[in-house]
Amino acid sequence: MNTEIAVDARNVGKVYGAGASAVAALGDVSIAIEKGEFFTLLGPSGCGKTTLLRCIAGFETPTSGAIYLSGNDITYTPPNQRPVNTVFQSYALFPHLTVAQNIGFGLKMQGKPASEVARAVERVLALVKLEDFAKRLPTQLSGGQQQRVALARALAPEPQVLLLDEPLSALDLKLRKEMQSELKRLQTETGITFVFVTHDQEEALTMSNRIGVMSAGALLQVGTPHDIYDRPVNRFVADFIGETNFLMGQVDQGGVRIGTGDVLPVVLGTGQAGTVTLAIRPEQVSLGLAGTGMAAKVIEKTYLGTDTHYRLGLADQSHLVARVQSNSASAFAVGQEVSVTIDAQAVQVLTS
Amino acid sequence: MSKPGIGRSKGLNGWLLSAPALVILILAASGPLIIVAIYSVLEKGDYSGVRWVLSGDGWFRVLFEKDIFDQSISLADANLTIFWRSVKLSIMTTVITFGFGLPTAWFIATRPARARAFWLFLITIPFWTNLLIRTFAIMEVIRNQGILNTFLIQSGLISEPIQILYTDMAVLIGMAYVYLPLMVLPLYAAIDRFDFRLIEAGYDLYASRWQVLRGVILPIIKPGIIAGSILVFIPSLGAYVTPRVLGGGKNMMIGNFIELQFGQGQNWPLGAALSTVLLAVVLVSLLAYTRVSSKDDPHG
Repeated sequence: MNTEIAVDARNVGKVYGAGASAVAALGDVSIAIEKGEFFTLLGPSGCGKTTLLRCIAGFETPTSGAIYLSGNDITYTPPNQRPVNTVFQSYALFPHLTVAQNIGFGLKMQGKPASEVARAVERVLALVKLEDFAKRLPTQLSGGQQQRVALARALAPEPQVLLLDEPLSALDLKLRKEMQSELKRLQTETGITFVFVTHDQEEALTMSNRIGVMSAGALLQVGTPHDIYDRPVNRFVADFIGETNFLMGQVDQGGVRIGTGDVLPVVLGTGQAGTVTLAIRPEQVSLGLAGTGMAAKVIEKTYLGTDTHYRLGLADQSHLVARVQSNSASAFAVGQEVSVTIDAQAVQVLTS
Repeated sequence: MSKPGIGRSKGLNGWLLSAPALVILILAASGPLIIVAIYSVLEKGDYSGVRWVLSGDGWFRVLFEKDIFDQSISLADANLTIFWRSVKLSIMTTVITFGFGLPTAWFIATRPARARAFWLFLITIPFWTNLLIRTFAIMEVIRNQGILNTFLIQSGLISEPIQILYTDMAVLIGMAYVYLPLMVLPLYAAIDRFDFRLIEAGYDLYASRWQVLRGVILPIIKPGIIAGSILVFIPSLGAYVTPRVLGGGKNMMIGNFIELQFGQGQNWPLGAALSTVLLAVVLVSLLAYTRVSSKDDPHG
């Protein structure tokens, strides 16, 4: 399938300041976001994800590289001439305008006739289910409603790309869950390319078609939620997305010899040799009665409802976390000797 | 159920405690106004003061004059010129101070927090200087042998000094200079509260710089604009020192005209009537201000 590219960032860099005090917020990031895709930029605060978003929106100009929108170079195009709209983290609704006027603002500025603006506002209000609030002022709305207005305002001009800067971070958990599925629904219904910025890995995994994981101004990995979760390219990605056990070891006899002396069977990539790090998800660690696999001892047990968390001590004093279903036949007590088996397919070998 | 307690006492005690404030209010605020209102409907005294005879002459002379010989009534052109000049110069002063004040206030409000105090201090420095001294300083700048003309002549831009002093322009320059801080401070307060992210939201939604200014910034800081305009317009209307010193004798404003009636003119009733007119204009402007600002605020 020949997919079209909506946003194409090529070697984008952004440096603030100059000389000795210069700070690089983005260093040489290249990314191709497909049309109609829900793309998430994920990373801890200060990783450069918002800077990249602001470069796409036009609020920041990259100090190097270029950004293309549907094949057109928009690197130096001012924000008001880009068919791109932003949902701001703070919503940034115009306090002096009603909900309907806020939503119609973009179309009005584009010089659309009043009747067309009114029709579009009505349509978008229905899309975000705020028909009854058209005449209210933003201050008369709840946080969740303001969020919907911000979305509606950015969607009304039917941009090629919708940029969302941590739009759900100010909402409480329940509302956030609702808005997640709402956003997903809106994206599917409108077919607009969404570029979503968040530091919440769960949000990223549940909503995105693809995720770009960023750290310290660099793009570490781009892939589907599955790729990112199951095949993290390095320790940072593995650690940032979900919970992960890291074990150091030496490649030996087609497996990896870890600190305890045990050799874990793994699938080695080409050229992987010497010291490596193994990334193992807690749910991939299975426990059995002592004597059938690698020896371990239960140090701590946390009941989490459907799952139970075990903290295990290995022979070399290192720790391993296992997450097993609570209703499984084998429940272990603190202090009990157990044996650990890990499926070779589930172990990700990271070159140190 | 109401409980008796401190600060809730109603009877004699409360009145006694508020008596000093009430006395000051009645004597210092209402008293003079009442005297002025009464004087305006009395007959003019022979040399000065009033004769205690009811007369509409003071009010009549605000707008009209009677020919000494044939007693024919006509509009008092001189008075109208003075009214018109006062209103015109006050509006222009307001517009000019807004034009200079908005960028100034914007500049200060966008400085780092620590630098703002410094800039605000600079803006308020003229307040600590006597008005007369500041006005004479302006005179020194714009007079024919003053700094401005000397500079323009020596740099070859003009050959003859430009006559600015003793013109309406001089009064305008003086008032704009004197009242600028009164415009800057409320504008600054409004811009300081302004959420600058709204500017990005405006640009993002296809607004040009001009449209962001007109459609986003100005409507939101409107309370500050109105407050600043009122603070400049009202004292401009009643300005006395500035038009007196910079406008010379002939470019009078209402304030000077009123003073003239109580001084050389020896027509206290007319002076009192003029003062009442000035007060009425001020009250109407204030009323319009509260109307506009309360209509804007949905919670007000």
